[in-house]
Amino acid sequence: MDQFLQHILNGIVLGGSYALLGIGLTLIFGIMYVVNFTHGELYAFGAYVVFAVVVALEGNFFLALLLAVVLGAVLGGGIEWALLRPLRGASIDTTMLVMIGAWIALQNTEQLLWTGVAKAIRHPFPEAPLVVGPVSISWIRIFVFFAALVLIAGSHLFIRRSRLGAAMRATFQDRETAALMGVNIDAVHTFTFAFGSGLAAAAGALLGPVFVVFPTMGDLAALKAFAIVIMGGMGNFIGATLGGFILGIAEELGAGYISSGYRDAMGFLIIIAVLLFKPTGLFARAERIG
Amino acid sequence: MKRWLTGAVSWFACLGLLAVPLPGEGAETIKIGVTQPLTGVVAASGNYVAQGARIAESLLNAKGGILGKKVELIVEDNKSNPVEAVATAEKLIVRDKVPVLMGAWSSTYTLAVMPKLMEYSVPMVVETSSSGKITTSGNPWIFRISPTSAMEAVAMAPHVKKFNVKKADFLSVNNDWGRGAADEFAKMLQKQGIRIGTRETMDAKAQDLSAQLAKIKASGGDTLFLTTGVEQITLVLKQAKEQRLAHKIITTGGSSSPDQLIEQAGAAAEGSYHILFFAPWFPEAAPYPALAKEFVAEWKKRGYNFAGLTEGFRGYDGIMTIAAAITKAGKADAKSIQKALWDVQVQGVNGPIKFMKEGPKGRESGQSQPNVFIVQIAQGKVALPGFMKK
Repeated sequence: MDQFLQHILNGIVLGGSYALLGIGLTLIFGIMYVVNFTHGELYAFGAYVVFAVVVALEGNFFLALLLAVVLGAVLGGGIEWALLRPLRGASIDTTMLVMIGAWIALQNTEQLLWTGVAKAIRHPFPEAPLVVGPVSISWIRIFVFFAALVLIAGSHLFIRRSRLGAAMRATFQDRETAALMGVNIDAVHTFTFAFGSGLAAAAGALLGPVFVVFPTMGDLAALKAFAIVIMGGMGNFIGATLGGFILGIAEELGAGYISSGYRDAMGFLIIIAVLLFKPTGLFARAERIG
Repeated sequence: MKRWLTGAVSWFACLGLLAVPLPGEGAETIKIGVTQPLTGVVAASGNYVAQGARIAESLLNAKGGILGKKVELIVEDNKSNPVEAVATAEKLIVRDKVPVLMGAWSSTYTLAVMPKLMEYSVPMVVETSSSGKITTSGNPWIFRISPTSAMEAVAMAPHVKKFNVKKADFLSVNNDWGRGAADEFAKMLQKQGIRIGTRETMDAKAQDLSAQLAKIKASGGDTLFLTTGVEQITLVLKQAKEQRLAHKIITTGGSSSPDQLIEQAGAAAEGSYHILFFAPWFPEAAPYPALAKEFVAEWKKRGYNFAGLTEGFRGYDGIMTIAAAITKAGKADAKSIQKALWDVQVQGVNGPIKFMKEGPKGRESGQSQPNVFIVQIAQGKVALPGFMKK
């Protein structure tokens, strides 16, 4: 029973970060229909910004997190502006190839800058874990979990309640009509991509100090993000959030009670099941937005 | 836009063509191919091995090279990936025409490369991999200077009593190396009447190991044998502390780079034991202390990370073994080098290197018998446990 409680706690905490990754991608992949291969690189980028600020410049940890999100959004916006804007209206194959190119270029730039050797980031939280009865959890993971929750809730409110959020939803529902209503389509595209990228960078910045940082760290993260988006339904914000938690808990319980060697396969087993039985996603509703 | 793109593509194509060496070019050097994981999940170790190999290259060339020719290492990145390992080996053999290889760090990468050695008849000195399969599968082009997991277990056996192990658990990377090591150590422990608890594996890319650790904690064992690269060892130590795992942790395979653990895992590394094949903190304990000191001094002079010495020596010993074979053969073709490797006797940083036959008769691979050390991280420093002191 103690072991079960620990697994569930680990799964929920991990799920928070997965959800953050998932909502960033569901904005871009789910509602912009861009198969965003750079999502994992933005994740790695966020982690490296924190590394650069905290370890190389000996700066403040929390400032570094904030900077990572801002720079991640700027980089994402830049990618959209430079690579995707000229291809607006091009086939999905073309944009996919361009995004694969961007992914490889970004990853190799990281390798050139930081070498392939993994780095560790110091964090200001106590090393001794918080112990509650039979289970324990580290302070940094508690912080990461709540930071992720705040970001997810904030993003949700932003897209649901703000004018810009409404413009985003309108644009991806019907571009022509939105343009006729006075929405600046180009700006909305760039902003949405920047927003999703900022969330990916936030996930990397939060998880970098928990794990270690290396240039290919984004590959597995991106795969999981795709799994979450497909599980939750394309463009479904709540679906991606719940999908993140389901994946986290499924991985923990799968590794704990089935086989630890197949831990990372659990997510993909779920995808296969979802695609077979409910191809629109576990939480699909009539509309696809928000 | 399209025209610009076509122009750029053809320009790069031209550059690519020009980069192909012309026949006869470079005949003045003796080429040695090296494939190591310079990027990806086990990049730290691969870079350290490559740095050690570069030291051997410079020292050889400073002494006039081999057979009057300069030694030229061609180091390729196998990206911590068996598919890339095969691609790099093929590139080195077919395009660079190297007569001999060193690589490929992980057992999985080495096993992937091995059929290519058969196909092209090129020998490879294996510097790190420890899966038993490598030397028992009947590949006569393999010469291994690193110990097998079985050899490590045998070296560990007389010390097990001092660790006071009652019940042992295992956490291994889910590949040929990790599973092989868990098998060999479990066998050795069972012979001594020690109970085996849970045996967990982890994907080589996995970052979150909390599920495995929760299960190990619940098994009620007292000692955890951990087999993986330094990156994952760092994560395991940190997360074991988060989950208050009380186990004594012993790493196997010699890829733990303890100084890197002290730096990256901090207090979580305290008390852990590590099986190593070179202990640069105590060069006087090496079989050839003068050589060990010289190697450590050269490593420091180049400003390489001290933590990498426990892996870097492998690259040095591997290249020196190949150099000795080429010198003995008197020429640098694959067949002669393979033949000469059977007769070399090299003084390595680890100790004496000499190949014994292993595997099915008529198709034996070469296996050397290296030295094994056990160190402990105590008070933020690497120490020799009492029983290892002479």
